[in-house]
Amino acid sequence: MNTVVEQANPQNWYLLLSTILFSIGVMGVLMRRNALIILMCVELMLNSVNLLLVSFSAYAGNTDGQVFVFFIMVVAAAEVAVGLALLVSIYRNIGTTDIDVLSKLKW
Amino acid sequence: MMNSQLIFFMLAALSILSALFVVFSKNPIYSVLWLIVCFFSIAGHYIMLNAQFLAIVHIIVYTGAIMVLMLFTVMLLNLNKESEPHKSVMYKGAAVLTGGMLMLVLLAAMRSTQLGTYVAPGRAETGFVQNVGLKLFTDFLLPFEMTSVLFIAAMIGAVVLAKKEVH
Amino acid sequence: MDNFLALTNLIIPASLLALFPLLGFFVTALFGKYLKHAAGWIASGMILISFSISLYLFMNLPGEAALNFNLFDWIKWGSVNLSFGILIDHLSLIMLLVVTGIGFLIHIYSIGYMHHDEGFTRFFSYLNLFIFFMLVLVMANSYLVMFIGWEGVGLCSYLLIGFWFKNDAFNDAAKKAFIMNRIGDLGFLMGMFLMLFHFGGLDYTTVNAAAQALPLGNTLIVSITLFLFIGAMGKSAQLPLYTWLPDAMAGPTPVSALIHAATMVTAGIYMIARSNILYAMAPFTMEVVMWVGVATSIFAAIIGMKQNDIKKVLAYSTVSQLGLMFAALGMGAFESGMFHVVTHAFFKALLFLGAGSVIHAMGGAQDIRQMGGLAKYIKITWFTFLIATLAISGIFPFAGFFSKDEILAVAFASHKEVWILLSISSMITAFYMFRLFFLTFNTSFRGTEEQKHHLHESPITMTLPLSILAVFAAIAGFWGMPAVFGQTHFFAAYLAPVFEGSKQYLGEAHEASHATEWMLMGIATVAALFSIAVAYALYISKKWLPEADEETTGFAKWVANKFYIDEFYDKVIVKPLLVVSDIFFVLIDKLIIDLIVMATAWIVGFTGRTIRLAQTGNTGLYIFAMVIGMMVLMFFQLVY
Repeated sequence: MNTVVEQANPQNWYLLLSTILFSIGVMGVLMRRNALIILMCVELMLNSVNLLLVSFSAYAGNTDGQVFVFFIMVVAAAEVAVGLALLVSIYRNIGTTDIDVLSKLKW
Repeated sequence: MMNSQLIFFMLAALSILSALFVVFSKNPIYSVLWLIVCFFSIAGHYIMLNAQFLAIVHIIVYTGAIMVLMLFTVMLLNLNKESEPHKSVMYKGAAVLTGGMLMLVLLAAMRSTQLGTYVAPGRAETGFVQNVGLKLFTDFLLPFEMTSVLFIAAMIGAVVLAKKEVH
Repeated sequence: MDNFLALTNLIIPASLLALFPLLGFFVTALFGKYLKHAAGWIASGMILISFSISLYLFMNLPGEAALNFNLFDWIKWGSVNLSFGILIDHLSLIMLLVVTGIGFLIHIYSIGYMHHDEGFTRFFSYLNLFIFFMLVLVMANSYLVMFIGWEGVGLCSYLLIGFWFKNDAFNDAAKKAFIMNRIGDLGFLMGMFLMLFHFGGLDYTTVNAAAQALPLGNTLIVSITLFLFIGAMGKSAQLPLYTWLPDAMAGPTPVSALIHAATMVTAGIYMIARSNILYAMAPFTMEVVMWVGVATSIFAAIIGMKQNDIKKVLAYSTVSQLGLMFAALGMGAFESGMFHVVTHAFFKALLFLGAGSVIHAMGGAQDIRQMGGLAKYIKITWFTFLIATLAISGIFPFAGFFSKDEILAVAFASHKEVWILLSISSMITAFYMFRLFFLTFNTSFRGTEEQKHHLHESPITMTLPLSILAVFAAIAGFWGMPAVFGQTHFFAAYLAPVFEGSKQYLGEAHEASHATEWMLMGIATVAALFSIAVAYALYISKKWLPEADEETTGFAKWVANKFYIDEFYDKVIVKPLLVVSDIFFVLIDKLIIDLIVMATAWIVGFTGRTIRLAQTGNTGLYIFAMVIGMMVLMFFQLVY
């Protein structure tokens, strides 16, 4: 099993892909008004970063990057759990998940 | 074109397209489903990068747990195409513009970065369970344990937040 | 080498000495609510520990050595290094013993005296804090650290004068004491600034060494000592800053005994004795000190003759005695001044505590016109008060006789006119003290029937300190027997190493012949006895009573109203100050400062009101702003 896998693709490609995915995530966050979709777009951004970390880990032959990805996943899972709970609670109280309606935080 | 390149382009196209669908779908359920597709394609990238274990964990955690949770929430809140709020075209345009500009800035940053040149090709066993586990339980033991505390806190928080108020 | 070892062994006890009262302060202040009356015993216990340590130091300080060490560097810049240090020598040891010893007795006394007061624990926390600061003052090895204690005791004095803060008059008295002291403190500060600027340091060794390099009577030293003396005038209630002390009697009586008679007010004398080399090098200042002391002594004694409040009489007597001590210092007799500080601490504390016991028996009344014939109701108080009165009047063999006689002898040897004035002052003192004594304890009771029923001896916690102090008031004088009795003057010998440095500047002390000394003692005793006889004739045989306030006329009215000094200060200083401050208030404060402040506030408010409109509460916009901000930051990062 001790095969050496040739990394045929230049690392730049992965960088480019991550950047594109990240920007799409940001775009989604900016564009959508549904808090749930925004949460999903944040997940997308997190995953683009994960991809970047894994690519660096693979090209450098160092496992540390993958361990970091684990921790990011943990944090993302915790974030989703709390975020969705908040969302449900907000929906129960206000009847919507539209962020434009949630404008109590003003002067 | 080599096989690996072909696979990369196919996966990359799939990720980008599905990500775009996530953003532009009118129906939240479609968004969730497209996001699952996107995550699968990312898992494919992980396998390409010799992170086999991580790819499996990714599928289990994201697709199996997080996205199911999302789906549940969408259904629980009865979100659908009709209830979906819409923003004006101008607003959407501004969002696309800003996202595009951010991408440009990031690409510019990437260009000016000096990437390390790796002489030796990466080894296949980097992503094996054995290696990841060794790292996780030796060098990263304390953070690993801390994550369990984080999870407990998140769990309790979620229960407290989502629980119906008893009047 | 042995000395060195013995001294190093004393460092730890010396460092801990002052901390126990501080601990007591924190304990009684923080947990007073739970401790209730136990707080009094805890506070007293802390002082007892400090007293024991002082005794230990007293026993173990080898020979003529002094323990001088720095605890830590405090303020450091350039070549100046002001450190926080402790100096234990014979002078500070004497003061330590007096402060902790009398302090302990007065703590015990207060347990009885303050028993029914609702501020019981607060009182003890203040007392402990006072002892702490007094110890800091005494043990300091530099003027700066002394100043900490100096200010601290001032604060405690303020807190304790205004202890019953529900009474506005008492609060005013407290403020008066604080402000008067502040005038003096300014002088002290100026003196310190001068020393720091010219000598580059504030610890006694540096200052003394630097001063001795200058010629005798140098202007710099004269101005420094004059400034320091202003500080001493404030703290030790000398003309013209004495008016706060009589008003300070508003505080509880144990406070008057401890702070305003025995310890704090002697801080000025201690400070001058501590700076004896500086003062010895400034003959002009010595003259000033002497004459201020003499004037205060006579002036306060005259006022004391016509006071009818038992505590006011004692207050003026304190001012008068302090004047006597300053006169001694001014004549270069530092040992005699310090000796009188010690004996005075005993008998004046005893007098105040006795007065407190009388007030306790009278149910709070302080006017001697309503007393009389108390001797048979409160026997212990009567007896101890008698001893103290004899001591302050200078009757052989009580403590006051020796210390006062010593000062008079010095005066006779160097300044005959001072001797005459001080003798007159002593005569007046004997007169008004016995006037007080006779009016309080002899003839028949003049108060109401209700008060008569109430008359009772104080509890043991009060009478025990009285008795112990009475013993010391009787025998303390034997530590300083004049040469004619063929004994060594223990006190002067003990203090000699401290004042060694100043002797060379003072010139030869005039050694009076034995015959002269006998004569002086004789004159003093006869004068005192004469005064007592006059007081007896007037207030017992003729049964005179001081008339009611309205009936006083002529010169007596002037005296009874303290020569209208307070009113004079009010007219000359306070009123014009008020007018000036009114002008400043309207012109500078209202017009200029308020304009600037209000304009600033308005601009800030306006900007806020305008900018807050951007806070729409729209989350989408916030996210936009965030992303654009990130982009801009990254962009600049790239470009520059």
